Amino acid sequence: MTNILDLQNVATQVRRDIVRMTNAVNSGHPGGSLGCTEFMTALFFDIMEHDPSNFTMDGKNSDMFFMSNGHITPVLYSVMARCGYFPVKELSTFRVFGTRLQGHPSTEHGLPGIRMASGSLGQGLSVAIGAAIAKKMDNESNIVYTLHGDGELEEGQIWEAAMYAGAKKVDNLIATIDCNGQQIDGTTDEVLSLGDLKAKWEAFGWTVVELENGNDMQQMLDAFRLAKSFVGKGKPIVILMKTEMGYGVDFMQGTNKYHGVAPSNDELAKALAQLEETLGDY
Amino acid sequence: MKTYENKKMKDLRSGFGEGLVEAGNQNADVIALSADVTGSVKMDGFAKAFPERFIQCGIAEANMVGIAAGLSLSGKIPFVGGFAEFVTGRVYDQIRQVVAYSNKNVKICGSHAGVTLGEDGATHQTMEDIALMKALPNMTVLVPCDANQTYAATVAAMKHNGPVYLRFGRPKMPTFTDENQEFVIGKAQMLNEGNDVSIIATGHLVWEALEAAKALEAEGISAEVINIHTIKPLDTEAIINSAKKTGAVVTCEEHLFNGGLGDSVAQTLALNCPTPMEYVAVDDKFGESGTPEQMLQNYHLKAVDIVEKVKAVLARKK
Repeated sequence: MTNILDLQNVATQVRRDIVRMTNAVNSGHPGGSLGCTEFMTALFFDIMEHDPSNFTMDGKNSDMFFMSNGHITPVLYSVMARCGYFPVKELSTFRVFGTRLQGHPSTEHGLPGIRMASGSLGQGLSVAIGAAIAKKMDNESNIVYTLHGDGELEEGQIWEAAMYAGAKKVDNLIATIDCNGQQIDGTTDEVLSLGDLKAKWEAFGWTVVELENGNDMQQMLDAFRLAKSFVGKGKPIVILMKTEMGYGVDFMQGTNKYHGVAPSNDELAKALAQLEETLGDY
Repeated sequence: MKTYENKKMKDLRSGFGEGLVEAGNQNADVIALSADVTGSVKMDGFAKAFPERFIQCGIAEANMVGIAAGLSLSGKIPFVGGFAEFVTGRVYDQIRQVVAYSNKNVKICGSHAGVTLGEDGATHQTMEDIALMKALPNMTVLVPCDANQTYAATVAAMKHNGPVYLRFGRPKMPTFTDENQEFVIGKAQMLNEGNDVSIIATGHLVWEALEAAKALEAEGISAEVINIHTIKPLDTEAIINSAKKTGAVVTCEEHLFNGGLGDSVAQTLALNCPTPMEYVAVDDKFGESGTPEQMLQNYHLKAVDIVEKVKAVLARKK
C-alpha cells in the first residue's frame, strides 16, 4: 500500500482503535501508541516484507519486527489486526482475562505476529541482533526492524547492544527510537537527559537517519526508504524519529499524562469526534 | 555396597567443553556465545572447531542472552556460556523475559558454580543460581556430578527442545561415572541401594555422598545414594520410593539451603510422605577465598559432614 491517503486512513482508524481499546479496559498505554501510529502503519502496510496471513515463528525469508517498548501494544495489536495477522474483532479482548492480546506482548498465548515477550525495557535490540545474525548465517537478505522508546535508552543493555551491532557490523538491522521526549516521571530532560543522541549512536558505529516529524506519513516513508538504502553497507542503522506523544487527539497530545492512563468515557467521546471512522470500528 | 572408583581428577567444565564440541558435531544449528571467558569456560574447543558458529559478545552478558534468544527463533540452538553468577543472577530478568517466558530453545551454561570456585571469593561463587533458575516456569535445571556426566548432560541439553540451565564447576574433581553414559533428563540415578537412610545429592557433592556411604557401611549403616542430576523436572517418584523404603533423608548440595535441591526434596516429602530430613548445604551466607578443599571443609560439605547429618536424621527416625 503506497498510496499516502490510504495509509493515512489506516492510521486514523488505528488511532480510533487505540483510544477505544484502552478506554474499554481502563488501562494500557495510549500516549506512545498514538505517537507511533504513522511508524507502525508505514512499516506494516508498506515498508516491511511480510505475509500476515502466514505467520511463522522462524520468519524465514521475511522481514522481522520487534517492539522493544512493549507497553505500546494498543498500536501494535491494532496495526497487526488491520493488516491481517488476526481478526480485527479480537481487538475487543485487549487485556481481558483469557485474551491473546496480553497487556505486553507475549508468545505464551499464541498470538500470530509475536515472536518474543517484551515490555521489560532495553532488551529488544539484543534480540533483534540475534535474529539479524541468524539471517546472515542463513544467507537471507531480509531486514530486522525494532522500535524503542527514547526513555528506554536509559537502560544499559541498549548500549551493550549498540556497541555490539556497531563493532560487528550488523548491517541488516534498522532500529527506530521514538523521540517524544516524555517518560513516566516527566520529560526525558527532567528525568535523565539523553544528551546528543545522534552523536552517541554515530560514536557506537551506527548510521543515523534523522526524522523531523514522525507523525507526517510522507516523512515517515521517506525516512524508512533512506534507512533501507543503507542496509548492507557495513553499519547498523538507527532512525531518530521525533514524534508527539498522544498525536492526533488534541487534549492527549504533547503531554505524558496519557502514557499509561486510558481516556475516560467523556474523553473517549471527544477523541472519537476528532478521528474519522475510515475502515470501520471493530 | 557398590564401589565407585575415582578414574581421574577432572574439571566438570572440561566435560562441558568437550560435550559442546560433540553437540556441534551432531547438530549444525548449535551456536556458542561467550562473554570474554571462552577459555575459562572451556568453549575454546568449540570456537576453534566451528569459528563460524562461535559468537564473542564481549563483557556484556545481558546483550548475550538477548542475542541468543533472537538466534533461537530461526531454529539455532544457542549455548550461552559464562561464570554461573554472571549468566544467572546478573541477567535474571533477561532470562525470565526472553528465554523462559518466551520459551526459547536457549541453553544457559554456568561454569565456576558454587563455593568450590575457591580463590576468587564470594563475588564469583554463586550458591543461589539453582534457586533462581528452578523458580522460572519452562526452565529445565541440570546439575551433573562429574566431567563425564557433564559431557553427557551437554549433549542431552542440545537434544532437548526448550530452555535449559546447565550448572557445573571449575576445580578438578573425582570422575566416577561412565564415559559413554546415557543422560536422561528428569531421571534420578540410583548409585547405591540401601535400607537405613537415603542420601540424595547433586553436583560435586555426589562423590562426597558416596564416600559418606562407604564410611557409614563400616559402622553398619546401609545408605542409599541417589544422584539428582536434574533438579527440574524432579524425579519425585524416585525420591518418594526411596524415602518410603528408608524412612530418613539427607540432601547434599553445593548451594544455599534456600531454594536448592534440599527444598525441592523437602517439598516432595511434605506433600507425599513426610519423612525426617536433614540438609547438607550452605546456611544463608556467602563464600570466601580459599582452596576448593578448604571451602568444602569450612562450609561443612564433606563426607564427614554428611555422615554427621545421617546420624542426626537417624536419631529422629521413628
